[in-house]
This record gives sequence, C-alpha cells and structure tokens, in this order.
Amino acid sequence: MVEAAITLVAAALYAGSVYLLLSNSVVRLLLGIALLSNAVNLTIFAAGRVTGEIPPIIPASLKVPAPDIANPLPQALILTAIVIGFSLFAFVLVLTYRSYQALGTDNANEMRVAEPENPARPPVGY
Amino acid sequence: MQQPPTDLGNWLVVWPIIIPLLTAALGIMARARIGWQPVIALAGFAATAIMSVALLAAVSANGPLALTMSNWPAPFGITFAVDMLGALLASVATLVAGLVTVYSLHDVDTAARRHGFYPLMLMLLVGINGSFLTGDIFNLYVWFEVMLIASFGLIIIGGSKEQLDGAIKYCFISLLGTTLFLIATGLLYGVAGTLNMADLYRTVQTLSADTSLAIIATLYALAFGIKAAAFPVFFWLPASYHTPKFAVSAVFAGLLTKVGVYALIRTFTMVFPQGPGMVFEILTVVGVATMLIGAMGALAQNELRRMLGYLVISGIGMMILGLALHTPQTIAATIFYAVHSILVITALYLMVGTISRMAGTTRLSELGGLYSASPMLAGLFLVLVFAVAGFPPFSGLWPKLILVSGGFSEGAYWSTSAVLLTSVLVTIAVGRAWGLVFWRPAPAGQSIQILDRATWRTMVWPAALLVGAIVLIGFFPVMLFDLVATASLSLADPSAYIGAVLGSGP
Repeated sequence: MVEAAITLVAAALYAGSVYLLLSNSVVRLLLGIALLSNAVNLTIFAAGRVTGEIPPIIPASLKVPAPDIANPLPQALILTAIVIGFSLFAFVLVLTYRSYQALGTDNANEMRVAEPENPARPPVGY
Repeated sequence: MQQPPTDLGNWLVVWPIIIPLLTAALGIMARARIGWQPVIALAGFAATAIMSVALLAAVSANGPLALTMSNWPAPFGITFAVDMLGALLASVATLVAGLVTVYSLHDVDTAARRHGFYPLMLMLLVGINGSFLTGDIFNLYVWFEVMLIASFGLIIIGGSKEQLDGAIKYCFISLLGTTLFLIATGLLYGVAGTLNMADLYRTVQTLSADTSLAIIATLYALAFGIKAAAFPVFFWLPASYHTPKFAVSAVFAGLLTKVGVYALIRTFTMVFPQGPGMVFEILTVVGVATMLIGAMGALAQNELRRMLGYLVISGIGMMILGLALHTPQTIAATIFYAVHSILVITALYLMVGTISRMAGTTRLSELGGLYSASPMLAGLFLVLVFAVAGFPPFSGLWPKLILVSGGFSEGAYWSTSAVLLTSVLVTIAVGRAWGLVFWRPAPAGQSIQILDRATWRTMVWPAALLVGAIVLIGFFPVMLFDLVATASLSLADPSAYIGAVLGSGP
C-alpha cells in the first residue's frame, strides 16, 4: 500500500523531470535534474520493499535481527545517491550561471559556440 | 570477536585507487605551491603505474583477486574484485594518464595549475581505476560519479566560451546517463536482492523467468551507451570533446568512453550473460549504426579534434558489436580493441595538440606543409593513421581481424561487413587528414612555429612512446593477445572470479 503510494509519487516526479529535461531552457534542465534525482531516490526506496517501522538494530536479548526490520541497505544507497546528486547539482548550477554570463543566453539551441551553425567543409582537394 | 587486519600485501587490489587519491589530496593541500604540483602528480602517477602493473602480474599468476572492505563476508560487504580484464584496463589507463600528464607539463598554463588541474587528473584516475577494479555494481556507480565530477572540473579549466558551451552539453547528458544507471541499479536490487556482481551472476540465473530483467538490462544498455557514446546518444561527444585543453581532450577521448564499454562488458557477461529480452539484438544494431555514423561523421569534419571525436565513436561501435555477438572470440576482440583504442586515440589527440601549437590552428582548411617542419611528427602521425584504420603492420589490424573472423564464423555477415565498410571510410578520413596536414604545401599566409627543445620533448615523447607501444603490439600481438584471451575466457566462465569473491572474507 505504502509502496504503491511511493511509486505513484516517483512516477509523477519522473514525468515532471522528463518534461523539464526536454526543454530548451537550461534552467528548466536544472529543475528536471533535481526532480529526477528525487524520483530515483524514491524508486530505490520502494524497490527495497517498505517493510516495517522497526529500526534495523539487533535488540540486546537477541543474536540476530527481528525478521521484519526496516531494510537498511536501500537507505544507505539513497544516502549515497542524495549526496552525489546534490554535489553534482551544485556544480551544474554554477556552470549554468557562468555560462549564462559568458554566452548571454539560456536557450541551449542558441549556444552554438562549440558547434557553429554552418561549419566550414573540409577541403575537397589539395 | 576481533579479526586480524588484512595484511598489506592483499591491499594490492586497492592500491591503484588509494595512491592517486592520497596524491590528489596532497596536491590540493599544496595548492599554493604551483611548482610542486607537477612533481607531486607525476610521482603519484608513477607509483600508481607500478602498483597497477604489479596487480596485473599478480592476477596473471594467481587468477582473480578479491578484497572485501572491512573484511565483512562477501555478498554483504563491498568487494573489489580484479580479474584480467580489470587489471589490464587499469594498467593501460594509468600508464596512458601518466603520459598525458607529462604532455601537459607544457600544455597547461599557471592559471590551470592554480585551479587544480593536477589533482583533478589524479581524481579522474581514481574514478577510472575504481570503475575497473570494483566488484559491486552500486560501487561502480559511485566510481562513475567520481570520474564524472573530476571530468566536469577538467573540461571547464580555462573557462573560454567554447568550453562553457561544450560543458553544458556534456555535463547534463552525462548526469542523465549516470542517473539512469542508478535507476537500473535500484530496480535490479529490487528484483535480485543483492548488488555484488559475483552474487548477481548466481542470483539472476535463478530469476530468468522474470520479465522485468529485460527492462533493467535495456536500461543498463542505455545508461552505459550514453557514457560510451553509442548511437543514438553520442551527439554530446562531438559537441564537447574538442573544447577543453588538448591534454584533457586526450585523456577524455582515450579513457572515459572505454570505461563505458568496460561497464557494458561487465554487465552483459556477469549480470546478464544470457541477455534477457532482445538486448543483444538491440546492441548489434546499435554497434553497426554507431560505427557507420561515426565514420561518416569523421569524413565531414574540418576541425581535427571533432574528426577524432567521430573516430572514437566509430571505434566504440566496433567494441559494442563485439560484445553483442557474444562469443569468447568477439569479446576478446572487444577487449583488444579497447586497449588499442586507448593507445591510438590518446596519441592522436596529443599529436593534434602538438600540431596546433606549431601551426596555430586545427582546421584542415588552414593546415598544410608540416612535413617540412617536422618529418618525425609526420612519420608518427602516419603510423597512427595506419593503426586507427586497421592496416597491418600496426596494432589496429589484430582486433579487427579477430572481430571479423569471429563475426563471420558466427554467421553475422551483415554486421561484419559493416566493420569492413567502416574501415574503408575511416581510412579515407584519416588518410585525407594526413595528406592535408603534412603532405600538401603550406597554404599562403601560414607560419609554422618551431618548438624549443624542452617543449618538443614533453609534447612529442609521450605520443612517441604510445606509437612505440602500437608498433610493438602490431609486430608482436601475442603478448597482448594472451592477456586478452585470458580475460575473455574468464568472462565466459567466471567461476574463478566468483570463487575469489565469495570465498574471500570469513
């Protein structure tokens, strides 16, 4: 039940991020990346099967954990993914700002410095 | 219950990652001393090179080696597992990155050094070696990201408009590619319950009826295809790889796409050896399209580095085709081609950097007459032309020969003919480039600057050493082919790898 709700939210985030990632404006690409990382984190969480509310700690009286503890591995994966995601997002944010300063535009289709519109053809003879 | 710590000798598996990491940290601590930076970096690269070659020797002698972090039992701890494929690629990558760093002594200026060029190169090597040496698929994602962020830093050092433009294209799609990798890994964990590659090999076999495996496998193919510059997601490469400094271009084109190919090989021999769904058919079509479009793209370029970028793409297509045909012979061809491509592509980019320094431009329409300025450079470039086109007697012949003979014996006539057609197109493209740059008389108004001895040494000798390696592999391929065959056979039958991983630890 909870997994279904989480999956639906993740699906909505994926939809939003794909829409934004297909945009011309680099700022919208940024927002798409942010939504995408959130969607992925929810996916990993749901994939780990949302089991119980019992923390993954072995109680003092037992030798092994109780059978329906919360699954700690997806949580570790998500933490790693969050950290990686936000550090890369921070870089791309500054890159976008700097490229807006240098190139003067936010529209990816108008950024033609590296790949000019009509490049010279290679010579056909000596 | 105390365990004795793992003794230092077993750490050989992780030294190629730890040494450049510590050296990069040292470089950052000494960031005010610009004069020390190259010394620290070269010392780090030399030590890492020794360790990776020692690792290669150890894996050659003893079979796959594994080390699980914190000495935890294998499927639960993160394992670093090195078989011949990982050790071979890690050694080649370290040596090539070291040579590019020697080249960069006269290519990067003081401003770049102040912005941390050398620590970033070391961190790039950390990510590359980590990817090659890890045995856990989520850990592979982490090393991909380490490599990615180091490459973001390197592509932007210099800050010109072209670099910012190229960086926007490169950064967003690479980020998207690695996020797709993460999605596939999360879904794979949900289906299989484990992330250790050796354990996945056994677990996925029991799950062969599960239809979601086809989706996950295709998602992995797409994610690694973005990294490896496969059709139809390769357009970021000609948009960005020609923008940064020449040393950075060389190491990117030589190494980063091959990490994507390595990840494809590892995933489709260890995790999905049967290729659920139609993944191998899709990869065959992708490989053929990539190699043909890459070759045709190379013919259309006027700027040398963009032409080389398309040649990289064409090589990637051949490697993907070898993987998709999925016999030990064609996978051996893929691995051989990967090693050959690292050497040749890096050498070509370094040569283009030297040409640019001498002639002031990299446009074919404006270059010419460099033969009279430097016959040695022309000779080296000619060797590289032959090597990248796949002509005897240089190293390009052997992987194409193995791939074509493997493909024909598999019955894949159309795709193997595409390999031959691509070789023709690539020959035309690079042969024409050599003729225009070196052979024809200089166009009017061009002045060729003769480099001084110190600059000449640091710029040409790394490329010359790579050319020497290409000639050596061309004339004596058996040495490399033994390693490659061992790698391919251990991928076809990973029982030694799995024994090393799951038998390690208490």
